[in-house]
Amino acid sequence: MIQVRNLKKTFGPKVAVSGVSFKVEKGEVLGFLGPNGAGKSTTMRMITGFIPPTDGEAIIGGFNIVEHPIEAKRLMGYLPENAPSYADMTVLGFLSFTAELRGLSGAAQKKAVERVVEMCFLENVLHQSVETLSKGYRHRTCFAQSIIHDPEVLILDEPTDGLDPNQKHEVRTLIRKMGETKAIIFSTHILEEVEAVCSRAIIIDRGSIVANGTPAELKRRSAQAGAITLRLGSGSAKAVAAKLDALSGVEHTMILSETPLAVRAFPRKQTASDDLARAISEIAMKEQWSILELHTEEGRLDEVFRTITLPDTKVSGKETK
Amino acid sequence: MKSVITIAKRELTGYFASPVAFVFIVIFLMLSGFFSFMVSGFFERGQASLESFFAWHPWLYLFLVPAVGMRMWSEERRLGTLELLLTMPVTPWQAILGKFIAAWAVVALALGLTFPMWLTVNYLGNPDHGVILAGYLGSFLMGGAYLAITAMTSAMTRNQVVAFIVSVVLSLFLILAGYPPVTNMLVHWASPSLVDGIAAFSVMTHFESIQKGVLDSRDILYFLSVIVFSLFTTGVIVRTHRAG
Ligand SMILES: Nc1ncnc2c1ncn2[C@@H]1O[C@H](COP(=O)(O)OP(=O)(O)O)[C@@H](O)[C@H]1O
Ligand SMILES: [Mg+2]
Repeated sequence: MIQVRNLKKTFGPKVAVSGVSFKVEKGEVLGFLGPNGAGKSTTMRMITGFIPPTDGEAIIGGFNIVEHPIEAKRLMGYLPENAPSYADMTVLGFLSFTAELRGLSGAAQKKAVERVVEMCFLENVLHQSVETLSKGYRHRTCFAQSIIHDPEVLILDEPTDGLDPNQKHEVRTLIRKMGETKAIIFSTHILEEVEAVCSRAIIIDRGSIVANGTPAELKRRSAQAGAITLRLGSGSAKAVAAKLDALSGVEHTMILSETPLAVRAFPRKQTASDDLARAISEIAMKEQWSILELHTEEGRLDEVFRTITLPDTKVSGKETK
Repeated sequence: MKSVITIAKRELTGYFASPVAFVFIVIFLMLSGFFSFMVSGFFERGQASLESFFAWHPWLYLFLVPAVGMRMWSEERRLGTLELLLTMPVTPWQAILGKFIAAWAVVALALGLTFPMWLTVNYLGNPDHGVILAGYLGSFLMGGAYLAITAMTSAMTRNQVVAFIVSVVLSLFLILAGYPPVTNMLVHWASPSLVDGIAAFSVMTHFESIQKGVLDSRDILYFLSVIVFSLFTTGVIVRTHRAG
């Protein structure tokens, strides 16, 4: 549905996006991650046809955004960063206006407006002018605008920015639900959001894609992915760590805390973590440790994010051998 | 065309939701009345014509029209709605036309509301209705020309004050190039043909000739070309200078 090939944008001497390529199909929610200034918004602005790319192309449902902008834009809904809207209009006026620009009129327009008003919980502010709304409502008004024509492609630039936790949850639920039938790209710097909503994530840093995969795949790139964490009710952490170190499958161990006792063992191979867990539970039985917790680390997205977006200050060497 | 109307409608609601249109209309009516009656001595002249009324229009428009048009694109930039508008399935031309038509309609409305002037001269005597109609047409076209220039400057900046000042300066130039006190002075410095050439670019030259009741296609063409040229430039600016 969305095909981006080697998209590039320079502002004068500054390279904002340098050769980004990816694809999003219907039924996919692609999370766009990256530190501030990575080029997320610039990429989205090129895909939606707001700014022309310096090089490369974006194809929406078969239409090149530069060559057939109108056809491509018809298929797309877009929530720009900071959710702009016309301050002097009422919520109803604004939504009717955008519906009309999307070619909806009469009863169809009324129905479309009613649908998004309900989906975005805007009933209470329908006749209020946009400038008098709180940030959360303003955000949802602009979000409502982006889905008013039930588009096949949805581009959302930081859709949960500035919302309170409840609103964030509502918007995430909405995105996940819509993602079943649409091709969605959304950008965020909230990592838990990616795990909660995305079927796939791209991490972009300084204009280039540095990682692309499902949230689980990305997490596996984390240093602690596959490590076994063991928490015991009693005993000496040093002694437990020494016992674990002696196991053949263990690469190294790390004492997380003395009391309560918590030790983490890293397997030699990430794929061998199940074998290691088995070996550890056998020792535990033999030594009669009272196990409070034994689990395999999935890895943490924030750690992956930090390591690959800041390669110069790689966090490592904290572990004790 | 449908999108042009949709955008024009939105702009008009914008003008009337804020005090812009109201203030423009009231001030225009008050000032045009004040200048024609008090300064030009409308009654004392004892003529059943609107000459003294129209004569002030180039100067009134100089400040009032940029005040109406300055928000046209600057405001979209400032609010960030330009990004919304240009990612809708509309072409920049539809947006430019829709906005321009709405602003021009506000000017037309203000001009239309001066009809009591027409009634007054009718009461005073037997005016030449053709001349008056030509005067209105000329004034309407001149307002459109100023407005198109304002659209252009408004597209350049997110700051309405900057847009206002630049359009006043550009419009002032278009007035002065054919303003008799200036042309009379210029004759001392340049050849008369050059002065005439420069004056041909002035709104004054063309507005005055339309006001005399002579509907010369060249005068009408002049105003239309200022409008087309300025809106075309607006399009180029909007297309090339979208973000930022
Ligand atoms: N209109 C512009 N002119 C100049 N530089 C820009 C412009 N827009 C974005 N940039 C630069 O491009 C880089 C990427 O910005 P952006 O795409 O907004 O990042 P993100 O959305 O990931 O935070 C930033 O360094 C920013 O300063
Ligand atoms: Mg951004």
